[in-house]
Amino acid sequence: MKISSEKIKKSAIKTWKNFKKIIPVILGVFLLISFLKTAIPKEFYSKLFSGIPFFDSIIGAVLGSISAGHPLTSYIIGGELLDHGISLIAVTAFLLTWVTVGIVQLPAESSILGTKFAIARNIVSFISAIIIAGLVILILPIL
Amino acid sequence: MKNIKNKKIPSGFIFFIAVVIGYIIVAFINPSLVLVSFNNFFELLVKIAPILVFVFSLIFLFNLLIKPKTVRKYLGHEKGLSGWVVSILGGIISMGAIYMWYPLLADLRKKGMSDALISTFLYNRSIKVPLLPFLIHYFGFVYTALLTVFMIIFSIINGFLVDKIINKKS
Repeated sequence: MKISSEKIKKSAIKTWKNFKKIIPVILGVFLLISFLKTAIPKEFYSKLFSGIPFFDSIIGAVLGSISAGHPLTSYIIGGELLDHGISLIAVTAFLLTWVTVGIVQLPAESSILGTKFAIARNIVSFISAIIIAGLVILILPIL
Repeated sequence: MKNIKNKKIPSGFIFFIAVVIGYIIVAFINPSLVLVSFNNFFELLVKIAPILVFVFSLIFLFNLLIKPKTVRKYLGHEKGLSGWVVSILGGIISMGAIYMWYPLLADLRKKGMSDALISTFLYNRSIKVPLLPFLIHYFGFVYTALLTVFMIIFSIINGFLVDKIINKKS
């Protein structure tokens, strides 16, 4: 496979544009997380989640569904939530719905692919996130 | 002049500036809180920077080797098992914002692509190969592998379910 210098240049420009777009978001999220980590006591997060795995996965899934943005942001937030003692089941559901359920994109998805399709796909993805989170937690200790 | 006026400020940049302004305001009220936060910020940045470099190198390679045209060429034209495989792989390797793919998928549906395959494609778009090092960094390799496998399996189940719901209702 021959790759021309023109192709390399085009890919580099595309990646640079992507980088320019995402880097302020990442820096902003880092600053925000660093601040929240310092200002908010760890106990606050445990109040936000119930401690019951099933309900925590629902809370995580809801939070992920209403959030939008680059998946990198969800990994950073998820990692920090885990550091603050939030259960892996809740964080997994959060990570999954962040990328598979799109409340923000729902109007666009509905208008182009149909309302029935968009609603059915998002509901199924929401339920799947909770099931996958449960399965991951069940299987992970065995591996 | 007209070009400058029409240039939209990226939302990510607005978000960053808003956070910086927040820091400046808090610095007047509680300077030590901001100092500790800054310390945490630099620690986090130093920890993540090498992974970020790796992630963007992978994104560059993906941009170089995989063209949207290639995904478009095969997507929606394959039936049966190969249709599922193309939808899964197409979803995983496709780049760009999700809404950019909606018009193409709507067009392919008119040409015979099933709702099941569209749903499967969209679900697999959640698996971002260049971002996997980031996920591994935070959650470990085994977790990342397990999550990815489940996502692929559930993309097929979801495809079937969405298709069933749509056909039942209509």
